[in-house]
Amino acid sequence: MKTTRIIPRLDIKGPNLVKGIHLEGLRVLGKPADFAKYYYENGADELMFMDVVASLYERNSLHNIISETAKQKFIPITVGGGIRTISDIKEVLRVGADKVCLNTAVIKDSELIRTASRKFGSSTIVVAIEAIKEENGKYLAYTDNGREYTGIDVFEWAQKVDELGAGEIVITSVDNEGTGQGFDLDLISKISSLVSIPVIAHGGAGTKQHVVDLIKENTADAVMLSSLFHYQFIKENESKVSSKEGNVEFLKQKRNFHTFKPCSISDLKNTLVENKIECRI
Amino acid sequence: MTQNKKKVVIIDYQLGNLYSVRQACDTVGMNVLVSSNKEDILAADALILPGVGAFIEAMSNLSKLDLIDAIKSKVSSGAPLFGICLGLQLLFTKSEEFGSGNGLDLISGIIKRFPEKFDDRKIKVPHITWNQVYKLKNSWEETPLRDVINHEFMYFIHSYYVQPNNDKCILTNTNYDGIEFCSSITQNNIFATQFHPEKSADKGISIYKNWALINKLL
Repeated sequence: MKTTRIIPRLDIKGPNLVKGIHLEGLRVLGKPADFAKYYYENGADELMFMDVVASLYERNSLHNIISETAKQKFIPITVGGGIRTISDIKEVLRVGADKVCLNTAVIKDSELIRTASRKFGSSTIVVAIEAIKEENGKYLAYTDNGREYTGIDVFEWAQKVDELGAGEIVITSVDNEGTGQGFDLDLISKISSLVSIPVIAHGGAGTKQHVVDLIKENTADAVMLSSLFHYQFIKENESKVSSKEGNVEFLKQKRNFHTFKPCSISDLKNTLVENKIECRI
Repeated sequence: MTQNKKKVVIIDYQLGNLYSVRQACDTVGMNVLVSSNKEDILAADALILPGVGAFIEAMSNLSKLDLIDAIKSKVSSGAPLFGICLGLQLLFTKSEEFGSGNGLDLISGIIKRFPEKFDDRKIKVPHITWNQVYKLKNSWEETPLRDVINHEFMYFIHSYYVQPNNDKCILTNTNYDGIEFCSSITQNNIFATQFHPEKSADKGISIYKNWALINKLL
């Protein structure tokens, strides 16, 4: 049996859960703990926390969020953003993460993948690849939420990540991320066919059907979703915004993008099962 | 009350994350100590051998910390041991992970890597997902799995699996994309799972609870 994992992604900025478009233009949506609780109870298979600002002085607030979550939520937790060294990895695992997600650090020094996977086990090391499609059709890897150009070919990089011993790849289509237009199926299926490790698809889901199409027509092993679930949460809950930092206008208006048809995790899983896609219910 | 409770030592071989194992133990009310110290292990009433990291590194750390004989002597004296994931694999004779290496040899058998291909299908390794555990011949009634229903989903994250020489110890099997493997075992005072009960929501926590109850650790 092959079970598709559904992984809500929580982008964190300081004490808040935020969401952007193309990984930028962050809007404050609420408190991470409220979302984590809701997703856990609703059948999330894992949780992903991404520190989108990753500034050193806010590190403690992220660590508190992870520790508090790991105390009560008995599902795997992956943490990414600003993790640069072996001792950073150790620290994040110590406060309760099960896996770490690396991007910038391993683009700069790919040997870190090998060292870290030997030390902590391959399955602890997740590599995030942020892909942007160039005008000539080539996909290049970026870092820092799609801002920093690296010139590295995404497909060559994915194979190298696999060879160096990473346990999983999260492939983000920066072009599609936050838009609700659907996944970049070409990108994801090609990555998945090139590597021997599980691939987590991220970026673009606006409807349940997008997820069904991805799994049916592609070979992604897991799906990472944020907007689709976050907007559903906001519809159902009054989450207090814990600071005045950031753009909260969006939240106040409870406005939805016309491209999104938000749904809950259980709702999505039921649809997947109806479409003969195995998942944990 | 804590003083009266039996002491459970979570063996820290200084690799990965023991946080969630500790949380699961605390949640069910066990009196636990996380330790790398031989004296603590020898003084324990029961042991948990958790599972994060690489086999070779784990065995080498256990050796450096001089814990191998302590663990073996505790187990042969009848103290309950609960192995999780890599902690299950370490109990076996030999592993293929990153070159070959010897394990604690408390259970006879080998550790194998998932193949790259099976029936012409590419097999994604590690096996990272929730998957079903199901019964073979052994009943779960007297085991920590007694509140788990047949074909329950548990969380797996591993590239290697155990192949016991004797089927009698097998409690559950799991099927990953056509490959059937042993996902938990019991033998005398040893109980061990390939999956992570501490990452398998409420049903997983029931395994901790029942292990503690069966061994009178609460």
